[in-house]
Amino acid sequence: MAFPDSLILSADGTGSHPRFALLRRLLRRPSALCGLVLMAAILAMAVLAHPLYPDDPLDMVAAPFLHPGTDAAFPLGSDMLGRDLAAGIFHGARISLLIGVVAALVSLVIGIGIGALSGYYGGRIDAGLMRLTELFQTIPPFLFSLAIVAILQPSIATITGAIGITAWPGLARLVRAEVLKLRHSELVEASISLGASDARIILLHILPNVLAPIVVSASILVASAILSESSLAFLGLGDPNVVSWGGMVGAGREVIRTDWYVATIPGIAILAAVLALNLLGDGLNDALNRKGQRR
Amino acid sequence: MTANPPSAELATPDPLLSVRDLSVRFDTAEGPVHAVDGVSFDLKAGEILGLVGESGCGKSTLARAILRLVEPRAGSISLAGSDITHLSRRQLRGVRRQVQMVFQDPYSSLAPRWTVAELLTEPLVIHGVGDRAERRRHVGDLLDKVGLPADAAQRYPHEFSGGQRQRLGIARALALDPRLVVLDEPVSALDVSVQAQILNLLVELQRQSDIAFLFISHDLSVVEYLSDRVAVMYLGQIVEIADRDSLWRHPSHPYTRALLQAIPGNPPPSADDALKIEGDLPSPIAPPPGCRFHTRCPYAEQRCRIDNPALRTVAPGHQAACHLMRLS
Repeated sequence: MAFPDSLILSADGTGSHPRFALLRRLLRRPSALCGLVLMAAILAMAVLAHPLYPDDPLDMVAAPFLHPGTDAAFPLGSDMLGRDLAAGIFHGARISLLIGVVAALVSLVIGIGIGALSGYYGGRIDAGLMRLTELFQTIPPFLFSLAIVAILQPSIATITGAIGITAWPGLARLVRAEVLKLRHSELVEASISLGASDARIILLHILPNVLAPIVVSASILVASAILSESSLAFLGLGDPNVVSWGGMVGAGREVIRTDWYVATIPGIAILAAVLALNLLGDGLNDALNRKGQRR
Repeated sequence: MTANPPSAELATPDPLLSVRDLSVRFDTAEGPVHAVDGVSFDLKAGEILGLVGESGCGKSTLARAILRLVEPRAGSISLAGSDITHLSRRQLRGVRRQVQMVFQDPYSSLAPRWTVAELLTEPLVIHGVGDRAERRRHVGDLLDKVGLPADAAQRYPHEFSGGQRQRLGIARALALDPRLVVLDEPVSALDVSVQAQILNLLVELQRQSDIAFLFISHDLSVVEYLSDRVAVMYLGQIVEIADRDSLWRHPSHPYTRALLQAIPGNPPPSADDALKIEGDLPSPIAPPPGCRFHTRCPYAEQRCRIDNPALRTVAPGHQAACHLMRLS
């Protein structure tokens, strides 16, 4: 028997994977490109911190209140204790990115886990998990992490954990809504009728299809974790053993009338990191939600 | 025209699929919907049973209940003599090898990011069938079976036309060598020219093995082409079930007669027999009392409004549910 329709394959017929198309679409957007470049610069700073400034950035190495540009050895000047601001910015990038990324990962694991179970199983499991989510949502996340860090003593681990376990409720609700949409789709029904286990259906069929909103909110989660960490450090609840952008702003606050740059320079670093991640998130959102475009 | 000439005998003692008094109810904000209400039928091995009815009559819900994708509220489903109505998800896994489903929408039922080879090996992976090489061979066989070129294996579903995708859906349903495939409106989303190709494919596949099909469609002409037996569903109930030729020549239920007359180029035998059905399907939330069809039936009498008729045998292998039918 002849099957003419089997001879007409796709228009391009190349079998190229949609994955590469995403990167191309992302790079075509100027704002996303800005975000990528900024982010790359901050990553480079984090990587170069040790090679360029092998000593502890908290060491007093210069005269105090050296304004930026006055000494070539200290391009960004020094603070009231004679600490090199440039070394602080480079090493601070490591801490900010580390805490931001790990805290976001903690939130992602909790948020995706709770959202997926809630949306997939529904019923009592959903009700229970959603009450838990609401409980977390009733407490302002920053105050919650503040309380946790204050009780547990500030260290990189406690700060990361405190930010991570307070930031997930929004993501959980988002994932739940997306999973709910797919739960009764033919895609999932087809998998059930093949005999697939729940874990297989959730991990292989549902989550890959809700990846787009998750990726977008992940970049925003990293940005807000960096902000939270900076705020905690600004309030004196940073890890005392490491340099942090927020802590630098907090220290410079007292001398802002006479020596504005001490607080302003790390402030700009925070701004750049958060802006970069937000631009990236926006770009990903546009690139992943190609409404009105051909498949 | 079809693979097996319709047999005149009644259901064998041990049918492949046996559905008894099956009911499915959904609770909605407006009240419970009786999507399937006391449906019984048998399906023999190697038989094609067509299930027809208007949109919203419960055909798809019935199919999903048989696959245990929705939970039946009452009644039983038996597969090859064993009751599967109350098996747990885990216990059902063995059953799933024997009953597979082809869905209406070949776009949404195939994972978009998976290659055809991945899609077709998934059932084998889930059930631990074969090793890597055997699975790859199996994919080649399946593609050949459904008339797709072997190089389709490395492509993604979005590279195929609707008809080709439905072939993929059929190939996946056949991957585990099931004894029964439930096809839920498999050609409704396709162009008419492509529909015929898919129907031919199904006939051919059925001819090669003793696989049974439960073929669901709202299109009587499609069902006529394919089925050995036909069941007509109205508002959650089967109103007539018969061998295809018997149903076509002697439709006993007024609804069946109206459906048959509605096929273009299929005029009523005489002006007296011309039937006109008006109005819409009544709401399954508040189905009419008595015979479900009385609100649209031109022959309805007093007892039709009170008493819901049961299926009665009109001829060997031919049952209908109407108070007024002429028993032969």
